[in-house]
Amino acid sequence: MADKPKKEKIPRQPMPEQESKVRAKNFDEVPTGQSPEAAMKEAARCIQCKKPACVTGCPVGVDIPGFIKLVKEGEFTQAITKVWEKNSLPAVCGRVCPQELQCEEVCILGKKGDPVAIGNLERFVADYERQNKKAPPMEKAAPSGKRVAVVGSGPSGLTVAGDLILKGHDVTIYEAFHKPGGVLVYGIPEFRLPKEIVFSEVAGLEAMGAELECNAVVGRSVTLEELFEQDYDAIFLGVGAGLPRFLNVPGENLVGIFSANEYLTRSNLMKAYLFPEYDTPVIKGKNVITLGAGNVAMDSARTALRLGAKKSRIVYRRSRDEVPARGAEVHHAEEEGVEFHFLTAPTKFLGNEKGRVTGMEGLKMELGEPDESGRRSPIPIEGSEFELECDLAIIAVGAGPNPLLTQSTEGLKLNRWGYIKADERTGKTSKKAIWAGGDIVTGSATVILAMGAGRAAADSIHEYLTLGW
Amino acid sequence: MFKIVKREEMAQGTVILNEVEAPLIAKKAKPGQFVILKANETGERIPLTMADTDPEKGTITIIYMVVGKSTALFRDLKVGDVYQDVIGPLGKATHLEEVGKVVCVGGGTGVAVLHPITRALKEVGNGVTCIIGARTKDLLILEKEMEAASHELQVCTDDGSYGHHGFVTEVLKDVLEEGDIQLVVGIGPVPMMKAVCNLTKEYNVKTLVSLNPIMIDGTGMCGGCRVTVGGKTKFACVDGPEFDGHEVNFDELMLRLQAYLEEEKESNDHYCNLSNA
Repeated sequence: MADKPKKEKIPRQPMPEQESKVRAKNFDEVPTGQSPEAAMKEAARCIQCKKPACVTGCPVGVDIPGFIKLVKEGEFTQAITKVWEKNSLPAVCGRVCPQELQCEEVCILGKKGDPVAIGNLERFVADYERQNKKAPPMEKAAPSGKRVAVVGSGPSGLTVAGDLILKGHDVTIYEAFHKPGGVLVYGIPEFRLPKEIVFSEVAGLEAMGAELECNAVVGRSVTLEELFEQDYDAIFLGVGAGLPRFLNVPGENLVGIFSANEYLTRSNLMKAYLFPEYDTPVIKGKNVITLGAGNVAMDSARTALRLGAKKSRIVYRRSRDEVPARGAEVHHAEEEGVEFHFLTAPTKFLGNEKGRVTGMEGLKMELGEPDESGRRSPIPIEGSEFELECDLAIIAVGAGPNPLLTQSTEGLKLNRWGYIKADERTGKTSKKAIWAGGDIVTGSATVILAMGAGRAAADSIHEYLTLGW
Repeated sequence: MFKIVKREEMAQGTVILNEVEAPLIAKKAKPGQFVILKANETGERIPLTMADTDPEKGTITIIYMVVGKSTALFRDLKVGDVYQDVIGPLGKATHLEEVGKVVCVGGGTGVAVLHPITRALKEVGNGVTCIIGARTKDLLILEKEMEAASHELQVCTDDGSYGHHGFVTEVLKDVLEEGDIQLVVGIGPVPMMKAVCNLTKEYNVKTLVSLNPIMIDGTGMCGGCRVTVGGKTKFACVDGPEFDGHEVNFDELMLRLQAYLEEEKESNDHYCNLSNA
């Protein structure tokens, strides 16, 4: 019996990126995007499973094999339409979703080799459409005459707005900052997510009919009660976890110690990296320490390099195994020259006579029993005191719920940490006609989880607007 | 866009008044609250406590000293020009209560911040003495307005060119000596507020100050405006801007206000070069 010629296996197509030494000095995007040929080649690797695990791995349930098949056939415009059915922000998700823990983790090809590069393909079709603008707009349902206020223009709010506009409702998005996008704009740096992409996605929503009100601090400039008085039928709260956590160690208010929120907002939203063309400054440290090891910490440490730091160090109290940041982010940071100091925690910041930070004192740690989060908790080692010099320190140890809105709203039930209590399946809060989703419900999580919550809430809001509470 | 409907130069052109169309803020704002303004696309977000509001006309009034690039940019806006962004009202409003005799002490542009607070304290039934000061007569602002907003006005100049020759604290000391003062509100440059608080501590009179630290969002999101009050870190934007002056760490506030001195100079030079080009 003659051997069947074995089909040659296509390797996973790499994503081209800027060389690490070059990119560590600029704010341009790190991955530069794939060619149509590479995308089609990658798409050809998908074996079109009958029961695709990837779809269940996606928090918003994108028809992944469906759009990949269209990419393989070179039908990029049809492919984006397929993605849009479930995801209104694919250019964002293709860049910042942790695909390795979601769709790509469960890809069948991953069992024996590399999974299909679903994230890269999603990014490719979204970028292709943004550059070529060929896809017809999504079809809108007949006007329902119902009005929905969406508070916050981050990932959950934008998803709710996109979904409800398509279902025929009037949507107004309220944003506290002067620009829309929430964490996508103030938090995630340009080199990971160009702001032009976020603004283009928001412009798409506006073109479909969503209204956008910037500079509206709901809770201060207008309360939820007043929004209902303005004849809104439903309100969605997607205000994020906008309260920076500090370490509460002595010296933390020295000049040159920022919350990651402040440091990144200055650089990203206010464009301090273009100072003095843009008016907002940021302290440009030469010797920078970032406390924490999540994605926000990686963003901060990498931003510091781009702003001219000679040394950029991550100080984390647990070990490499517990690092909460995506593997790819840690890898990128290390490639660019960020140093990692594990099992190290600050006890005090040191300053000079001008009140500026000059260093930190810390202790070495060892790992004990797992804590509530399931991670082994760090225990200080006695007598292990040491000092690290720095002229800039960035506190990136997480964020909590911002009480500005929740405290101004009577009857909105919160959990013991101050996050809004919302039904897991629908996003309904304890107050009639108010939904919530994203980080203000879950605490700091990912863009796509916030979008998933937005999707669920939009479905529930639509049901309420058609059938009642 | 927020249109400037009135513009005045005060204190020899070093201080500018802008009345700005912002109907929603004007309707909502209470004494003691602030707004954040941004002149244009590349501009900085600058927090300023409102000097007045006119809910019927739909305007707010801000008064600021020209100290750097951003305020120079504000200064160059004419009637009919717009601020690209105005956000507010932000911060907690002044707690207004009838307590008896109140002294309101203002220095520099702090007098502008003090104005609506003084008026409101008078309106709720307090006996209000007002002490305002400036380096010299020509730098004094809002004398007429403060006279109208209080029961009694005393004016000081550092150089003696007008009113009492000396600092506001000297006049305040005399008033405190007479006794029976229930509350002092002191608003002005940090050294002045610190001096006022040191004095009122001696007399054990509760003292409110309004702080204006560096901030970005004004909603509690960045923590840039943190101040130490009673040994605890507070955010001026959401916990303030008014605090118990006896608890405020003014030295730390002063250092934090100087965080960007070099950058401010660079920015200002850049702007001057552009303007002169």
